[in-house]
Amino acid sequence: MNIILEIFITFVKIGGFSFGGGLAMLPLIEKEVVINHQWLTAKEFVDIIAIAEMTPGPIAINTSTFVGYKVAGYPGALAGSIGVTIVSFILVILVARYFLRVKDAKETKAVFEGIRPAVLGMILSAGISVGKTAFIDYKSVLISLLVLFSINRLKLHPILSILGAGVLGTLLY
Amino acid sequence: MTKKRKSYRIFRNNGVGYSKKGIEAMKDLIKLFSIFFRIGAFTLGGGYAMIPLIQEEIVEKNKWIEEDEFMDVIALSQTIPGALAINSSTYVGYRMFGLKGALLACTATILPSILMILLIAVFFIQFHQMHAVEAAFKGIRPAVVALIVGAVLKLGKNMPRTKRNLFWILGVVVLIAFFRIHPIPIIIGSGLLGFVLFRREQGL
Repeated sequence: MNIILEIFITFVKIGGFSFGGGLAMLPLIEKEVVINHQWLTAKEFVDIIAIAEMTPGPIAINTSTFVGYKVAGYPGALAGSIGVTIVSFILVILVARYFLRVKDAKETKAVFEGIRPAVLGMILSAGISVGKTAFIDYKSVLISLLVLFSINRLKLHPILSILGAGVLGTLLY
Repeated sequence: MTKKRKSYRIFRNNGVGYSKKGIEAMKDLIKLFSIFFRIGAFTLGGGYAMIPLIQEEIVEKNKWIEEDEFMDVIALSQTIPGALAINSSTYVGYRMFGLKGALLACTATILPSILMILLIAVFFIQFHQMHAVEAAFKGIRPAVVALIVGAVLKLGKNMPRTKRNLFWILGVVVLIAFFRIHPIPIIIGSGLLGFVLFRREQGL
């Protein structure tokens, strides 16, 4: 099979089953990329996770671009990135079309009145799980409190506070 | 789709003539692209980290969608496979400008990571072994926690302060953080429970 097509199909598969996002899909990527296709060695796979965590963007995109480039250069990178995105892209559009039509129905309102507090709970739990790796000492707790104060009270833009925290990190560690 | 037309608030509010519409639309598309490019470039530490960014730009500053719908989008994005950042940006783009908006927002969100990874892959940069980068990330990770907590506080401000809502939020935190329940059954379960509990209030 054409290698570009193979990369594309592999990442369509990965993209189509990546529920829960982020780290939840690592086992699936490993199975396809390391075990089935042997595009990456086990060590390279660990490296790409580290890189993915340090660079912006979803881990699925980062991995697919990296693997695609490694196997087949720029066309491969493109095939991997598009492949991993395309399933969710189509599904979101289908859902959006349908949701816009039923958004104001009373049934929808009742359902989402239950879902909204659950979303807050989900976001909060994400905060807890990031917190587990983020809070390594008292300095990191202080940075967190400082950022919370600056966005909540001083209305600082989130991007500025990320940059600020990065600078603080290089100064403190 | 007449309903979607109504949401073209930008066109209605600034009252521009028909001929200027094209230019205005172009400006808005460029704005959409640059916003999601920025969001994509600063989404560090997982999809949830970009919730505060999208909220700031799309809900607070530009008022393109309302807070309630924003929360619904997060829930919908979680029930579809794929990264939260990409799904919600695609949704917002589609909601604003239809298919071309969806394509533009989606591309803008993933472009920074693609460029960054290519840069690393092409030049074989041993990125994660650089001390300064690791130090910066030690500072950024706690900031991400603060951003997430800030987003919860902001989104929770307009939610009715009832014991039921508080119980609901904490219940979900316990289920996900301690019992490792997948978000999808939680969203579906909450929706069903919401329908049962709130349909009376909606007059059904």
